[in-house]
Amino acid sequence: MKRGFLARFAAVPHIVWSVIFIIAPLLFAFFYAFTDGEGSFTLDNITRLFSGNYPLIFLNSLCLALIATVICLIISYPLAYIMSRMSRRAQSTMMLLIMIPLWMNFLIMTYSWMTLLEDTGIINTILGKIGLNFHMINTPGAVVVGMIFCYLPYMVLPIYSVMAGIDPKLIEASQDLGASSREVLTKVIMPLSLPGVISGITMVFVPQVSTFYISQKLGGGTFQLIGDTIESYFTGVSINYHFGAALSLLLMVLIIISMGVMNRFADPEDMNGRPML
Amino acid sequence: MERKKIVQLKGVCKSYDGEAVLKNIDLDIYDNEFMTILGPSGCGKTTTLRIIGGFEAPDSGEVFFDGVKINDVPPYKRSINTVFQRYALFPHLNVYENVAFGLRVAKVGDEEISQRVKEMLKLVNLSGFEKRHVTTLSGGQQQRVAIARALIMKPRVLLLDEPLGALDLKLRKDMQLELKNIRKQTGITFVYVTHDQEEALSMSDTVVVMNEGEILQVGKPIDIYNEPANAFVADFIGESNIVDGTMPEDFRVKINGHVFECVDKGFAKDEKVDVVIRPEDVDIVAPEKGMLTGKVDTVTFMGVHYEIIIDIDGFKWMIQTTDYAAPDSFVGLYIEPDAFHCMKKSQYSGIFEDYSAYSMEYDLLSENTGEEEEE
Repeated sequence: MKRGFLARFAAVPHIVWSVIFIIAPLLFAFFYAFTDGEGSFTLDNITRLFSGNYPLIFLNSLCLALIATVICLIISYPLAYIMSRMSRRAQSTMMLLIMIPLWMNFLIMTYSWMTLLEDTGIINTILGKIGLNFHMINTPGAVVVGMIFCYLPYMVLPIYSVMAGIDPKLIEASQDLGASSREVLTKVIMPLSLPGVISGITMVFVPQVSTFYISQKLGGGTFQLIGDTIESYFTGVSINYHFGAALSLLLMVLIIISMGVMNRFADPEDMNGRPML
Repeated sequence: MERKKIVQLKGVCKSYDGEAVLKNIDLDIYDNEFMTILGPSGCGKTTTLRIIGGFEAPDSGEVFFDGVKINDVPPYKRSINTVFQRYALFPHLNVYENVAFGLRVAKVGDEEISQRVKEMLKLVNLSGFEKRHVTTLSGGQQQRVAIARALIMKPRVLLLDEPLGALDLKLRKDMQLELKNIRKQTGITFVYVTHDQEEALSMSDTVVVMNEGEILQVGKPIDIYNEPANAFVADFIGESNIVDGTMPEDFRVKINGHVFECVDKGFAKDEKVDVVIRPEDVDIVAPEKGMLTGKVDTVTFMGVHYEIIIDIDGFKWMIQTTDYAAPDSFVGLYIEPDAFHCMKKSQYSGIFEDYSAYSMEYDLLSENTGEEEEE
């Protein structure tokens, strides 16, 4: 009994924290989304979401985040696989190299990418020497590059940690049963690393959908993402908490749906040993 | 009928970080036999198995399979399968898919897979477990899945790396019998690694005793027990009284100042030898009739027999007998000539002590040392 009491007591700070910083803001968002300036109930904010170019903005954001997430996965998966097979020392060095960008503020990283990608930036200067020139800054491509760079470690680390935890005996067992290196990868390592892939995608896709700073700096305001739009309703000249809250709610719903679809794929009971791809 | 060699190791050496794990191993494994490699932790037995399986390459020496050198053949191309220590079942697959894994890789048709998996699960008594998830199985059941998964490949040789190590005693005994039966039914050569001497003696056709990267003796269980090659083998396999002696001439052995008749020959005159007398080969008689006399130290009732520690000239012998002797009484010992086994002195001579420090508890403790070796 005493232990139960203590356990409940120990959870109190967390509960208080959650209520103040998670539950209450969510309730505020709900409240604002369904009220107007006078505080009376309205659905105007919600209907407005489906008018004008807002659906397009949502679609843009989802598409860019999806592209960036897929590229992150394509880069991270082989990297994590190679890392997990390195010597212990090499593994910790690689870990450090991947962690270093996380120690930098992502605003600074974004600014660095601005100078790199500019028409007169380092990359174009070097390419110019061999007669090539690309317009990169202020394009969707530049935004995707920025997103990938900022969130890549969040994809690599969970995949790597799951892969490093795979019992080497399982790999030996599959080789023993006739599996070639490729079959070991598709029949054992891929299905077993799926949880890492899922959490990597979650940790990368969600912030990428709602990103706003990267798109402003690297996209140069030529097109709007949902994160920028929401920000503009809370800080800009067209300040409107009610519509901003409605946008946030819709974004949340979309993210929850995406995650739900993803976790459906990840159900290990359904896989029955079929290769993941 | 001449027996056919299926696997041969010739002059195999292996070291990790400059430490020699295998020192010039020569070993012939014959078709259709149950061979057990027996030895204490770190003796190189698992490494030997991994070299046969192809998971380690020998630093030098050759590995032959059916007379063909296979040093450079990767594991997945060898007609050898392994039952791993702690099973290494695929946690993302159910029982059926674990057993079917090798056939799926080999692109065998669904119908044949289904039929062969069914047969295998029947062989290991797991019919009806197809849909179960392997993580929900008991240790013994996981063990059976691991065996079925390897056997379904119809290997020529099955390697078993301490497969029963994680099971409790009762289950282990059952599985020992079952493994023996499975081997007879399938006719597959088994190479079995264990540190449990009882397991080795009761299951195998051939026992290989290893220590510190060397093979000390290869032979039938009964020969290993009755004619150990040196003091290490004598001590490792069963209980034994190992005393210093000399051989004044053929068929004569001298211990504790007395000369007795024995059946060993071929030693130099007065050569120093280690003499092994198994505890069950000694009879207790009246002191005046005994070949040796001593004082009873402790008596332990073991059910089938008594285990009696007797002090003979300061050296404590263990004797297993159905006759009771009272503690502190003087008794005589009678030993048949063929119960003396004389062995040449070796590096292992003198390192095994008498039974003065012996206690039952120690025995029980050492039985349960679940070991993690060479990993």
